[in-house]
Amino acid sequence: MAKMMTGYNAVAEAVKACNPDVIPAYPITPQTDIVERISEMVADGELTSEYVRVDSEFNAASTALGASAAGARIFTATSSQGLKLMSEPLFSASGMRLPLVLAIANRSLSAPLSIWGDHTDTFAERDGGMIQFYAEDVQEAMDNVAMAYRVAEDKDISLPALSCLDGFILTHVQEKVDPFTQKEMKEFLPEREPIHTLDPSDPISMGAYARPEHWTETRYEVHRAVNKAKDKIGKAVKEFADVFGREYGLEHSGLLETYRAEDADVILVALGSVCGTMRYVVDEYRDKGEKVGMVRPRVYRPFPVKEINKVLEDAEAIAVLEKDVSLGYQGGLAIDIKSALYSNGSRIPILNFIVGLAGRDVTKDNLRNIVEQTKELRGKKPEDVDFGDEERWEPLRTELLPGDEE
Amino acid sequence: MTEDKFKHEEDLFCSGHRACPGCGAALTSKLVTEATGPQTILSMPTGCMEVTTTPYPESAWGISWIHNIFENSAAVAGGIETAYRSFDKRNKEGYMNHEDVNFVVLAGDGATFDIGIRSLSGMMERGHDVLYICYDNEAYMNTGIQRSSSTPIGAATTTSPAGKESFGEDVHKKDMPSIAAAHGLEYVATASVAYPEDFKKKVEKALEIEGPKYIQIFAPCPRGWRHESKNSIEIARLVVETGLYPIFEMENGKITNVKKLKDRKPVEEYLKVQGRFKHLFEKEGGEEVLEELQKIADSNAEKIGIDKE
Amino acid sequence: MTEDPYEDLKISKGAVVKPRTTLVNKTGSWRSEKPIIDHEKCIACGNCEKFCPDMAVKETEEGKFEIDLEYCKGCGICAEECPVKAIIMEEEEK
Repeated sequence: MAKMMTGYNAVAEAVKACNPDVIPAYPITPQTDIVERISEMVADGELTSEYVRVDSEFNAASTALGASAAGARIFTATSSQGLKLMSEPLFSASGMRLPLVLAIANRSLSAPLSIWGDHTDTFAERDGGMIQFYAEDVQEAMDNVAMAYRVAEDKDISLPALSCLDGFILTHVQEKVDPFTQKEMKEFLPEREPIHTLDPSDPISMGAYARPEHWTETRYEVHRAVNKAKDKIGKAVKEFADVFGREYGLEHSGLLETYRAEDADVILVALGSVCGTMRYVVDEYRDKGEKVGMVRPRVYRPFPVKEINKVLEDAEAIAVLEKDVSLGYQGGLAIDIKSALYSNGSRIPILNFIVGLAGRDVTKDNLRNIVEQTKELRGKKPEDVDFGDEERWEPLRTELLPGDEE
Repeated sequence: MTEDKFKHEEDLFCSGHRACPGCGAALTSKLVTEATGPQTILSMPTGCMEVTTTPYPESAWGISWIHNIFENSAAVAGGIETAYRSFDKRNKEGYMNHEDVNFVVLAGDGATFDIGIRSLSGMMERGHDVLYICYDNEAYMNTGIQRSSSTPIGAATTTSPAGKESFGEDVHKKDMPSIAAAHGLEYVATASVAYPEDFKKKVEKALEIEGPKYIQIFAPCPRGWRHESKNSIEIARLVVETGLYPIFEMENGKITNVKKLKDRKPVEEYLKVQGRFKHLFEKEGGEEVLEELQKIADSNAEKIGIDKE
Repeated sequence: MTEDPYEDLKISKGAVVKPRTTLVNKTGSWRSEKPIIDHEKCIACGNCEKFCPDMAVKETEEGKFEIDLEYCKGCGICAEECPVKAIIMEEEEK
C-alpha cells in the first residue's frame, strides 16, 4: 500500500528490505537522515545488521570494503566531501572486484562550502569503476537501491554501485511510494554469493600489486565488468518490473527513460530530479504543438552509448542540462553525449547548459529559456553554430562577476 | 622446482619474497604467522612488506591476506571482524565462527604512526577484536627512507638528512604504545626481532584477549639504517640493551612486565654500528645529540623500570 | 611441488592470488656470499632457522639444520647468530 515518505526514509526502507550484514555509518548533510533512520531500525530490532559508528567516511568505505572482502553484504551512504574522502578505497574496491552499495545524497563540493545539492560529487568519481544510478523521484531512489544490489553483487559484475538521489530535493521531500515487502525482495534479490572471500580454510591473497606487464589487463577486466553491467541492469529492471510492477525504461534496457521524445525535434537531456520539471515544460510545448521531448539517463556509468544514440539520433537540436561542470571544459554529461553522437556520424548541434549548481533552483523559466535557445539551432550543423564559451550557464548572474582586472 | 626436503609448502609465510637480505620486517612477518597459525586473516597496508610479498600473480602468504591502501588496514580489519560477527549472529553457512579466526593487522610505522592513525584510533576506540602489530623500522622505507613520526632524533633519512646545519631528524619519536594504551586497550606490548620467542608469546597472549590489542616490534632495515645485513639481530638486541627501545607489556594502562637489564649499555654502542647515526660521531656538535639520546634511554629506564637493582 | 602462477596465466577476477606462489621466485641468485654449516660443530640450537628472514633454513627429518640455497639471499644473520660459530660465509664464485 502506498505511503507518504521522505527520500531518506524510502532509502532506509529499501536498505532494510535488502538486509545488509554490515552498515558502517558516518554523518554528513544531507545524507545523515538516511543513516539516522537506519540506526533507529537497528535500535528497535527491526534490522539485525551490524551497525558500525565509524570515525570518518574514509573509514566507512574502508570498513565496508573489509566486510565485503569477507563476504558480507554491506551498505553505507554519503554526500559531497564524504564521497571525496571515500574516493581512494572506492577506486580500489572496483579493482579488487568487491561489491559495495552506497546511497549518495548528491551535494556540491567545496569551495565555497555549500550543503546544497548538485552532481559535482559523483561526477568526480566517474573514472573509478563504480556503477552510477540517478533517481528522478523518491520511488526511484528507493527502487534503485534494490537494483544496485542486484547488479553490484552479480558474480559477473562484483563492483561498487552508487545509488544517487539529489540532496534535499529528493532526500527531504515527501512523496507517495510503494514500499517493498520482504517476500517480494526475497524473490528479486538473492543472497550474496561472493566470487572470493577471506575464508581462512581456503586462503587467498587480495589486493596484490601488479607490474606493467599485468596491470593493463587487470584494469581492462574491470572496464569489461563495468560495461557488462549494462546487460545486467537491463535484466534487473525487467525482473524488477515482474516482481514489483514498476517499470524504468524497459525499452531502453533500463538504462534511460524518454518522455515524448520519439518524434521530437528538440530534446532536453538531464539526470535526476530536474526531469520532473522538464516533463512539465515539455507538456507546455507539446500543447503549443511544438515537438519538444526529454531523455533521462538513469545510469551514467556504464555510459549507455548505444541507447543514447538511438533516442537522440533523429533530433534536430539537443540541450544537455547538468548539475556539474568539469572546470576548464564543459560538463561531463555533454562531453560524453557529444562523443557518443559525433563518433556515430551525427551532426546534430548540442548545447551544454550548466544548471542548478549548489541547490540553485532550476525553474520552469530557466527550462523555457533553454528550449528557446536550443530551438534556434534546428536544422543547423555544429560548425554553423556559434557556441561562444562552449557551454552556457543558465542562469549566470553576470552582475556579480567582477571582470578581469586591468 | 623446490626439493621436498625443505617443506616450504608448510610455511605460512614463504620464501621467494623480495624483501632485502637481513630484513627485520620479513622476519617479523614469519614470526607473526608462526604465532597466529593458519586460522588468521591478515590485513596489511601499502609498504615494504606488501610490495615485496605480493607482486601479481605471486604471494608469499599461506594465510588469508588482504591489502587495500596505505592508511586503512585497521578499518579493513575492523570490517572483516564485523562481518564475521554478523555471520555468527545470522548463522550464515560457509563461514568459520568468529571466535575461531584471528583478525590481525601487520603494518609499518608510517602506516601506523602517521597516515593510518585515524583508522587505527577508530578501530581501537570501537573495540574491534583485532590485533594490530606494527613493524617499526623508523622511517618510510618503501619509498626510499623518508622520516616518519617514528624516526628517532638524530637519525639521517632522505628527508631529514644530516647537513651543515642539521643533525638529521630533529624531533622526538612519537610514543605510539602510550597512545594505544590511552584508548583503554587491555593489552599493549613492545618487542624486538632479537627476541623471537618473547614476541611470539606476546602475539599468542594478545590473541587470547577479546577486543583491540597493539604490539610494536622493532625491526631493523639494513638498507635504510645503513648497516650490514648480518647485523640486523645484533642491532635489534643492542637497542633493547641500551634502553632506547624498552620491551614491555602494558595491561589496562599499567606496565606489568619489562625486560630488565643488568648492565645497561651506553647508547653509542647501538648508534655507532648504523650509518644513519654516523654524523653524530663525526660532526662537531654531534655529542649534544648523543647526550640527548642517552637522556632518552635514561628516562626510559626510570619511567619503565628497566634497570635491575 | 611449487605451483607456477605464470603458467597459462589468466587474470583472476579482482587480481586475487593463490597462496605460497612466491616459491617460484628463487632468490638464491641474489647471493654474493653463501653460508656453509659445519655439522660437526653444530649443536642444533635452531638459531639459524629462527632468525632467517627468508625461511631458507630448515630442520630436516634427520634433525639436522640445512640451508636451502635456492632461496638463501646470503644475509649472513645465521652465521652471526650461531652461538658456536658453526656457520661460515663463503664468497660465491662469479
